[in-house]
Amino acid sequence: MKKIGIYIHVPFCVRKCFYCDFLSFPAGEEARERYINGLLREIRKESVRYKEYEADSVFIGGGTPTVLSGEQIRRLMDGLKDGFSFGREPEVTIEANPGTVDIGKLESCREAGINRISIGAQSLSDKELALLGRVHSTEDFLEAYGLARKAGFRNINVDMMAALPGQRTEGYLDGLKRVIDLEPEHISAYSLIVEEGTPFHDWYGEEGKRRKGIPAHFPSQLPSHLPSEEEEREMYEKTGEVLEAGGYDRYEISNYAKPGYECRHNIGYWQRHDYAGFGLGAASMVDNVRWKNSADMEKYLRCIEDGFGDAKEEQCVLSIKEQMEEFMFLGLRMTEGVGKDDFYSAFGRSLEDVYGEVIGKLCGQGLLTDGDRVRLTPYGRDISNYVMAEFLW
Amino acid sequence: MSGIDQSKIRNFCIVAHIDHGKSTLADRIIEKTGLLTSREMQSQVLDNMDLERERGITIKAQTVRIIYRANDGEEYIFNLIDTPGHVDFNYEVSRSLAACDGAILVVDAAQGIEAQTLANVYLALDHDLDVFPVINKIDLPSAQPQWVKDEIEDVIGLEAQDAPMISAKNGIGIEEVLEAIVKKIPAPSGSPENPLQALIFDSLYDSYKGVIVFCRIKEGRVKKGTQILMMATGAKAEVVEVGYFGPGQFIPCEELSAGMVGYITASIKNVRDTAVGDTVTDAAHPCAEPLPGYKKVNSMVFCGMYPADGAKYPDLRDALEKLQLNDAALQYEPETSVALGFGFRCGFLGLLHLEIIQERLEREYNLDLVTTAPGVIYRVYKNNGEMIELTNPTNLPDPSEIAYMEEPVVNAEVMVTTEFIGPIMELCQERRGRYLGMEYMEETRALLKYELPLNEIIYDFFDALKSRSRGYASFDYDLKGYEESKLVKLDILINREEVDALSFIVHADSAYERGRKMCEKLKDEIPRHLFEIPIQAAVGGKIIARETVKAMRKDVLAKCYGGDITRKKKLLEKQKEGKKRMRQIGNVEIPQKAFMSVLKLDDK
Repeated sequence: MKKIGIYIHVPFCVRKCFYCDFLSFPAGEEARERYINGLLREIRKESVRYKEYEADSVFIGGGTPTVLSGEQIRRLMDGLKDGFSFGREPEVTIEANPGTVDIGKLESCREAGINRISIGAQSLSDKELALLGRVHSTEDFLEAYGLARKAGFRNINVDMMAALPGQRTEGYLDGLKRVIDLEPEHISAYSLIVEEGTPFHDWYGEEGKRRKGIPAHFPSQLPSHLPSEEEEREMYEKTGEVLEAGGYDRYEISNYAKPGYECRHNIGYWQRHDYAGFGLGAASMVDNVRWKNSADMEKYLRCIEDGFGDAKEEQCVLSIKEQMEEFMFLGLRMTEGVGKDDFYSAFGRSLEDVYGEVIGKLCGQGLLTDGDRVRLTPYGRDISNYVMAEFLW
Repeated sequence: MSGIDQSKIRNFCIVAHIDHGKSTLADRIIEKTGLLTSREMQSQVLDNMDLERERGITIKAQTVRIIYRANDGEEYIFNLIDTPGHVDFNYEVSRSLAACDGAILVVDAAQGIEAQTLANVYLALDHDLDVFPVINKIDLPSAQPQWVKDEIEDVIGLEAQDAPMISAKNGIGIEEVLEAIVKKIPAPSGSPENPLQALIFDSLYDSYKGVIVFCRIKEGRVKKGTQILMMATGAKAEVVEVGYFGPGQFIPCEELSAGMVGYITASIKNVRDTAVGDTVTDAAHPCAEPLPGYKKVNSMVFCGMYPADGAKYPDLRDALEKLQLNDAALQYEPETSVALGFGFRCGFLGLLHLEIIQERLEREYNLDLVTTAPGVIYRVYKNNGEMIELTNPTNLPDPSEIAYMEEPVVNAEVMVTTEFIGPIMELCQERRGRYLGMEYMEETRALLKYELPLNEIIYDFFDALKSRSRGYASFDYDLKGYEESKLVKLDILINREEVDALSFIVHADSAYERGRKMCEKLKDEIPRHLFEIPIQAAVGGKIIARETVKAMRKDVLAKCYGGDITRKKKLLEKQKEGKKRMRQIGNVEIPQKAFMSVLKLDDK
């Protein structure tokens, strides 16, 4: 049976963080219930297409999926089990934010079949958390982590952020080490990216300097600068060192895991496995066709509830060239890189034949290593966007 | 048609400083005379190139014939010749004026007389035109019509107390203007019985009709079948069609006779044969002598134009060929650059002309261009007695072979309110201006006279003038001649490689300053690479300024966008797209706009 990953989007949160440009917003109880019902309907209707498939991973992401009640999460999982056949040991992840979980909810998740939890800690400094607009404190995170273990989660990821305003390398690493001491199975560590349309962008712009006229008082003291390029680079290098010393392998640009705990669902994206997304704005790729659901809640629900119209937008049949591009820029994110035999079996052409020139050039620049597999060098990882863009036509 | 009563014809133009409302008044006149309903009126009918409308300027002279029933019950034929308003096109203006018998002077009720008001009025008076003033924009809160009237009388010496007070924009007072045209502008003189003598004031190439010659018949008559002779160029042709100008269309007629304004087509293939200012006569019965004032237009400003995509070179050549059909002032010849490949050295009347051609090439011919720094024609006198007219800095001979060099100099007049005299004098001084004198027009305004090297004003002088006078200064110039000058070639080295397309000629005293600014500007324009890139300015091999583009920023620990791969791809495409508009020089990629943006160096 063909394998498929399932993504469920929960676009709700307690409050929008200042750096966040994901599809997420606060919503009342009634709106959440209407959404869950819509989602279940969508899964019921769409799952008919996937009779040939076996689900080997589920990722419930957001937003903050744990703003849903334990009962809603259970119904969601029941809906998935009704619609899909599952493999023997599927990986089922839910994203959770401290401050939105209690032991009851976590146990409901476990009982519903969720076996992996991804906790958005982001920082272990209360000052930084306030600056990011997070709704929780360090204390809340530690508590949530303990509760997750208590509820029986044996596979926990912790999200951490670097390059926050006013952050120093020592402080950042200190937080990271405290997380390592908790021994989660998986750690994601990424840099703050100032995205357009977020308060952070209004405050710091592209330059990373606090703009004139932005009040410095909120939420406590708004630091005048984002960390410099050099500081950011230092944090990045030390992240690798500290996590590897703690027994974690970097298997992707910003993802680290203890052996055997790499996130199967995310690897699916990078290796271009099929996945079906449900919910507002969720993306899918099945048989080299990509599409996205509408990001407009009213439109999405109307399509689902009335059965008229299509919530799917931007449907796109990927050409062979586009598939090759994706194969490269996604595959290179992985530490193991891109296998030449994998490329050949996917496209019936050798990697050299298609990309020999680009690879030669990038190897010459010290950005890639060539062999049975093509990989980013540490330097190439530093400027991965540049390297990946080279593979586009 | 031959039965037209010459006394009922009025040939006139409208002259004004830029933005004083010339084209808007033309629109109103056309609208009022019922040629177009206001529904059909696209604002500024006569500016029919998209570019003209967008920029609010007139590039090509345009002409329209309209019928007006005056208060005396008679019908009059108005030929309104709209003239280009910019100093780059002074010669075209003067030819258009020569086709008229009178002119309406439009003066802004709030701003009063400006440099081009004066320049254009004097030009009109030089052509013996009867000029009457119109005060425009009287509905502006800041309008001071009485002050402006007094100023016109004091400064120009034109009777202005009974000048029509109008708002062209809001259609106020237009009737009064129409009546004034009938009363104040004389009917044309000349006799249909004399040998043909017609002035070419514009021409354009039409792919169906061939060259269409716009002319004013001074003497005699012309009709289909007449063998005509262009007196200056010597070209001969048989007339295929004559006619007059409807708005946006040509209306054929039987015959054009003395006093009329119209067009001639004669299956002429090259606009160069129909030079603006030339005299058309009957080859069989030529007039005794051509009309006065013809001169060959010469390009003053040169730059290299290269296709961004080298493969588009033939497309660029075809496009230039086509543009030249309609623009005799455009010159071009092939050249090559180490940095940019195959392209053309093009000559223009001025910087505005250059920008217009560039934009037309990009829009109408869909070409992506790289343009090098504009320069003027320098005269290089060599030790062996030879003189070279240098249009491309890279062709400068070795300094050891050069005896001396000369550069073109202009007489410039800047009109400015007294509070800005200081900053403007400072600007002219910085640009190596030689102060000639100052005249007070009235208590608050003065006319500054300077001699300025042309190469100092072709870059950003106009912008600098505007910014340092908060928009109040206006400017006009004409070529004076050549003067010896201490000039050097400034070279730019990127990653230690000389980039020929960035070299330019500069006065030795400004070399350091310009070099420093160029480096700063390029530093901002050149994206980071994998390695550090030094940017250096050099004169005669000696480095005089340096900046560094740091190595590429790390995009580490990038967040993973989950399943939304399309978003990631868009981000990468943006990065890639940026690269397409780059020029590879050595191992450095330089964005195309870097070549042009280095021109705007005034930082005040």
